[in-house]
Amino acid sequence: MKPYIRPMPATWWLKRSPYLLFMIRELTSVFVAAYVVIFLLMIRSLNEGQAAYEACLESLKSPLAIVFHMVALAFALFHTITWFHLTPKAMAVRIGEERVKPALIIAPNYVAWAVLSAIVAWFILG
Amino acid sequence: MAKSNEPIWWSLFSAGGVVAALLVPIHIVLFGIAWPLGMLPADALEFSRMQALLAHPLTRLYCFVLISLPLFHWAHRFRFTLVDLGLHGAAMLIAVLCYGAAIAGTIVAALTLWG
Repeated sequence: MKPYIRPMPATWWLKRSPYLLFMIRELTSVFVAAYVVIFLLMIRSLNEGQAAYEACLESLKSPLAIVFHMVALAFALFHTITWFHLTPKAMAVRIGEERVKPALIIAPNYVAWAVLSAIVAWFILG
Repeated sequence: MAKSNEPIWWSLFSAGGVVAALLVPIHIVLFGIAWPLGMLPADALEFSRMQALLAHPLTRLYCFVLISLPLFHWAHRFRFTLVDLGLHGAAMLIAVLCYGAAIAGTIVAALTLWG
């Protein structure tokens, strides 16, 4: 049996702002993936030796690279925030009969984010 | 109930979402913005220091997790986004290509870090 699929224009997500925000959230993963590929290339250059690594660091200074990273950061932050705010929905914690307030589940995510970011910066910058 | 491999992909998607949310922003800020704009000391990312940092087994494991899991996160989201955009007919092919790309990226990352 072939299921019926209602015809839908490919631009359905432009019709309403919640749909658009949904699409932006899905799109964040493209920028995150692109960034980790750049990170992988950086590690490869580090393996190849000093000249390759320094060329890689130099290429990060091109205006195109800086613009890309700024756009990627905006999308990455959108992912971080939407992801944190989904946690009370994915994990409905109850104490007895009472459902724990969503804010109490969201807040620790921000604390963990701040602590981990500080640790990573400390390791890299030493 | 028919067996499904969906829980595996969903777990990888979810773990990748956590890694991307917590760790990717600081990496973009440090390497992609602060360094090129001269906001870090000139020798902050010096070759010998970074090489020594990467020589530690835990750093390698960290880099592997940071690269691999967000690729699976992307694969899972992008797969369903393309289907949502109307590519219902190619759903299986899209799934194979997306997860395949994430697996390929993971293998390249492993070879780069431990090869």
